[in-house]
This record gives sequence, structure tokens and C-alpha cells, in this order.
Amino acid sequence: MDLSILQYDFVIKGFLGALFASITAGIAGTYIVSRRMVFLSGGITHASFGGIGIGYFAGINPVVGAAVFGILSALGVEYLSVRQKIREDSAIGIFWAFGMAVGIIFIYLTPGYTPNLMSYLFGSILTVTHNDLVALGTMSLILIVYFGIFYRTIIYISFDEAYARTYSRYVDLFKYITTSLIALTIVLNIRMAGVVLVISLLTIPPNIAMIFTKVYRKIVVWSIISGFIGTSIGYVISYFAGIPVGATIIFTLVLIWIIIKSLNMLIKLGVRRTT
Amino acid sequence: MAALLELKSLFAGYENKTVLKDVNFSINEHDFVGVIGPNGGGKTTLLKVILGLIKPISGSLIFNEDLLKSKKIGYLPQMSAGDNTFPVTVTDVVLSGLMIRKSAVARITTEDRKKAASVIEELGIREIRRSTLNELSGGQLQRVFLGRAIIASPALLLLDEPDNFVDTSFEADFYEKLHDLNERMAILMVSHDIGTISSHVKSFACVNGRLHYHASPEITNEQLSAYNCPIQLVTHGRVPHTVLEKHD
Repeated sequence: MDLSILQYDFVIKGFLGALFASITAGIAGTYIVSRRMVFLSGGITHASFGGIGIGYFAGINPVVGAAVFGILSALGVEYLSVRQKIREDSAIGIFWAFGMAVGIIFIYLTPGYTPNLMSYLFGSILTVTHNDLVALGTMSLILIVYFGIFYRTIIYISFDEAYARTYSRYVDLFKYITTSLIALTIVLNIRMAGVVLVISLLTIPPNIAMIFTKVYRKIVVWSIISGFIGTSIGYVISYFAGIPVGATIIFTLVLIWIIIKSLNMLIKLGVRRTT
Repeated sequence: MAALLELKSLFAGYENKTVLKDVNFSINEHDFVGVIGPNGGGKTTLLKVILGLIKPISGSLIFNEDLLKSKKIGYLPQMSAGDNTFPVTVTDVVLSGLMIRKSAVARITTEDRKKAASVIEELGIREIRRSTLNELSGGQLQRVFLGRAIIASPALLLLDEPDNFVDTSFEADFYEKLHDLNERMAILMVSHDIGTISSHVKSFACVNGRLHYHASPEITNEQLSAYNCPIQLVTHGRVPHTVLEKHD
């Protein structure tokens, strides 16, 4: 009986976790890769660790703390770089390390044991709760609806912001909403891959997709598919080999990327030879 | 001929600096105005005022509501604006020009796609319609952005230094296209290159703080200095030109 419950847990958590992570990371990842926001996203991820620390210290859900820190740091970077004319990469660097510092201090100050701390740093599907899955599933739905409805507007603004600004007063509003959704996506995926590794979950699938297509919509679809394959394979390997799941998933994804990229280069080379 | 828009004793500029001073100027249907003048003289400021990006300090800007419904101004920005590695196709970029009169939740209809196809056909970029921007030459990029500027059928088209698009092999053809477009819309073109544009525009506006309108495509250096509008002359080998003596 015990075994079947374990297996049930393993299959359901694994399948849903991989599915929702791939959907959210695929949609958000395509956006950050296309807009060259990978460094900003890294900053958001690490800044959110401050919220995790405060969550432990105050006895609230660390994910909630992380979400608040993630969104505030995303908007903070935007505010400092646009309104206060501080270089964007410097602003990111400040939030990045500040969040980590806050997190470390509050975890140190938290009396007694801090359960699952390592899972926040390196990810773990085994500690993913039912609520985490519901949150990730809801996030998948929100992103699908949001990007579905505003697809043309998001492309219009992202591709040439200055041009969009010429005609629309809603450019900043859209940017803030989209960036907040990206921050939330990152934070929810920290449960899967951890603070240290989550950025790869968002950047590798779009880069696999971009080997096949250069069209935004198709990059999203291929990111989700390749993300799901990589995440599932990594999850199964980590379970049977008894190695950390976040790292195994990222390792698998990078391996897939290298293999496809190499095959693609070889095929191109072959085509050039024969013509 | 009806005026599309009129600037009356208009002053405009930035926080500490008034750039445009007492500008009186109107653009009529079928106009093709070349805007010339020294750097910092206010050419770009003039475009920004017309596009509504900066508000006049004083004076007025009167739009003809019938002909220029709120946002019916096409705009071809200077080269280098925008990120050309962004994963969109030529067709998507042209279609994005329709967003200037669509709501944020708008979808692209079959009608819109037909419209894009006809603009793409007209500009001779059909072969590259599925390409992404990083695969295009400067001249091709320029046509794609021109397509985005005209797909919403604006009554007025603003061009900001289109001669900066490096690709001289396309140049003659590009002005040919503008000539055709001028049948349907007025054009206001900022340029450094009097030599080339004088054979295409119908009139000049010299902007150096003040704006002097010159109702003919021929303009001499004497007239330019009378307008207090010294400009940097740029000419290319194939264009017949005369360099006049320096006057004091």
C-alpha cells in the first residue's frame, strides 16, 4: 500500500509539476529571452530569496514572501532604471545581492530548524505540496489567458517599445503587468528547480525552440514541449538515480539543447557540402 | 486643398530649452515637404510635437478632425530604433502597424491579413514576408518599417531621416515608392540630404529654431542662409549637383 501511494504521488506530482512548470516557464521564458531580460530574471529570482528568509522568520509561507519580494524587485529595477536613470544592470545587481543578504540574515535569525530550506535553493518535487501544484496550475491558466488575449499588443510593445509609446499610453501599464506575471512565474517555479537553477528552466527551452523556429508563437509552443520532455526525463532519472531533481532537470535540458544544436550544425554543414 | 494640420505661433522644446520658436506652418493634402536644418535646430522636435510626444509650450496645433482622426499619422522612425533580433516575421511587423487604431485586446482579422498582403506586395517585399528581421538588409528593413507606417492608411506620413538606411541600391526605388504613396497621403520627410530629396519633394521647410517654408523644391545656398538654415550638404556620386562658393 505504502508503495502505491508513493508511486501515485510520484506520478501525479511529477506529471502535473512537469506540465505546469513547462507551460509557465515556456510562456514566460520566451518573453524574457526575446526581450533580453534574462539577467533581470536572474535578479528577480535571487532577490526573492529575501522573501523566503522573512517567510521562515515570520512563520508565513516562504512562497508568499518570495512572491512579494520578486514582484517588488522587478518593479524596483524598472523604477530605478527608467525614472532614476540608474543603469539597469547595476540596479539588478543591487536587488540581486540585497535579496540574498536579507534572506541569509533572516534565516540565521530564525530560531531552530528551517525545514526544506535546501529545496528552496536547489528545488525538489518531493517537497512540492498540493497547494504549490494548484498555484502553478492557476498560473499556467493566467498566463495562457493573458498572452492569448493580449498577444498582438505584447508583441507590438515588446518588439519596438519606442514606436508603441508613440501611439499608446498603455505601454508602461502592460510592461508592469507582464513583468509582475514573469516574477510570479519565476517564484512559483523556485519550488521545482530552486533559486540557484530556476533561470535555466526559463531560458533553455526557448533556446531549444529557436533552433527550429524564429516565430514568437511557435517558440512558445516548442518551449513548452521541449521543457516538458526535459523536465520529465530529468525527474525520472533523478528519482531512480537518487540525485537532486532540480539539477538533474537542468542538466537534462542542457544536454538536449547541446544534442539538438550539434545535430542542427552537422545537418547545415552537410547541406553546405552537397550544394 | 484642405490643411491636415496647422501649427500656429507654436513654441516647443524640453525642460530647460525652447527649441521651436514661433512656428507657423501647415501641411495640406498631397504635400511632400522636405524638412531640413542643422542638428539641434528642431527637426526631430517638430516631428515629436506632431506625433503628440511632447506638448507645445505655447501656441496651437490644430488637427483637421475629418482627415486626421486622432491617430491617423504614419511614422517611419530613424533606423536603429527597435530590436532586430526579436523573433517576429516581416508580416507580423507590418501587421503591428494596425495596432495604432486597434484596442489592446484586438485580434488580427482576415481583412487585416489581406491589407498586409497588399502593402507587402506594393512595397515589393513578398519574397521576404516570412523572414525575421535579422535576415534583412538595411533597404529591406526600411520597406518593412514603411509597410508598418502605411498599413493603417494614414492621411499623413512622417519620415525621420530615411536616407540613414545605409542601402543605396534601394534608394532610387524607395523614393519612387514614396512618390506613389504621395498620391494617397501627405508626406513630411526629415532629411540631411538636400541633394537627393530636392528631386522628390514638392517644398522645403527649413527648421532652425524658427521655421521657414519654401514653396518650391529648388533651393539655393543663398536662400538657405537667408533662412538662417545652414545645413550639412550630403551628396552621392550619381546625383548631379553644384557646390556653390562660400558666402559671408
